[in-house]
Amino acid sequence: MINEIISMNGYGAYVWSAFLFTLISFTALYFVTKLQLLKEQKRFASKFGSLNVEKARAARSQNINREILSNTSNI
Amino acid sequence: MFKSFEPNKIFVITSKAPKYVLFLFIVVLTIGLTEALVLSPEDYKQSDVVRIMYVHVPAAWISLGIFSSLALLSIGSFTFKNKNFALIAKSLAPSGLVFNIIALVTGSIWGKPTWGTWWAWDARITSMLILALFYVMYLLAWRIYDDKEKAVKVTSLIAILGAINVPIIKFSVDWWNTLHQPASINILSINTAIHSSMLIPLAIMTAAFALFSLLIFLMKYNTELIKVKNKGLDRL
Repeated sequence: MINEIISMNGYGAYVWSAFLFTLISFTALYFVTKLQLLKEQKRFASKFGSLNVEKARAARSQNINREILSNTSNI
Repeated sequence: MFKSFEPNKIFVITSKAPKYVLFLFIVVLTIGLTEALVLSPEDYKQSDVVRIMYVHVPAAWISLGIFSSLALLSIGSFTFKNKNFALIAKSLAPSGLVFNIIALVTGSIWGKPTWGTWWAWDARITSMLILALFYVMYLLAWRIYDDKEKAVKVTSLIAILGAINVPIIKFSVDWWNTLHQPASINILSINTAIHSSMLIPLAIMTAAFALFSLLIFLMKYNTELIKVKNKGLDRL
């Protein structure tokens, strides 16, 4: 059974390489996108940390900024 | 009408959604791979090599669907002067390009045992390659132009011009003699040339691929929104 699945009637190299290429592409795209997201979240947190109290309060008044900060704290 | 979809309002959803979409994607992909590689029957002519269809066809469908969406969003961006449309289009493009490359590479792998060649300049393959070039131009334009207004205009133009190629890809097998067979599935008709034992795995793999493109879109869209907010902090 396992041998049949691996050999695919002699077409195993073609079938498995097509599926592997797809899964590797998915994994690479996922991690590249995830890294870009983490980088921007970290940049936001560092910029926010350097704001003075008044500016930080103004920035915190926006829901989206609070949401980004709450996500950043989970990194 | 578009106010409910403003980034500030939907970020709460888009920032939390990826983990649920990732979970669903893994579940659907696992079922799809089991169906595609183990449970579905081999083809009476192509034998097991037909299983490449389960990655090749969904990848081609989704890359075409994403490019059509880019064109529609670009038209919307021009018509309604809504910047969010451009941001959505920009976030969709990377997964569209990856699906296009997957379709070309897996098609090439499928071509060798069935047609005896890795590559042929037939109408379907060539028009898919042209689509990949439009994706590359679209993504490069976002990187090249620092002026956002100009970047939106140039990328929109690329997407609208590239959309002319989408019906060419779809009907290339009917208009020209190509190595590709005519379409086996028509979404407007219940009659398909594919048996349900192959159609079901194909549908599951298409759903898995669609979930993956949604996952990448959400992560990329969140990244773009945070970039905008980073610029906003600089202006404070």
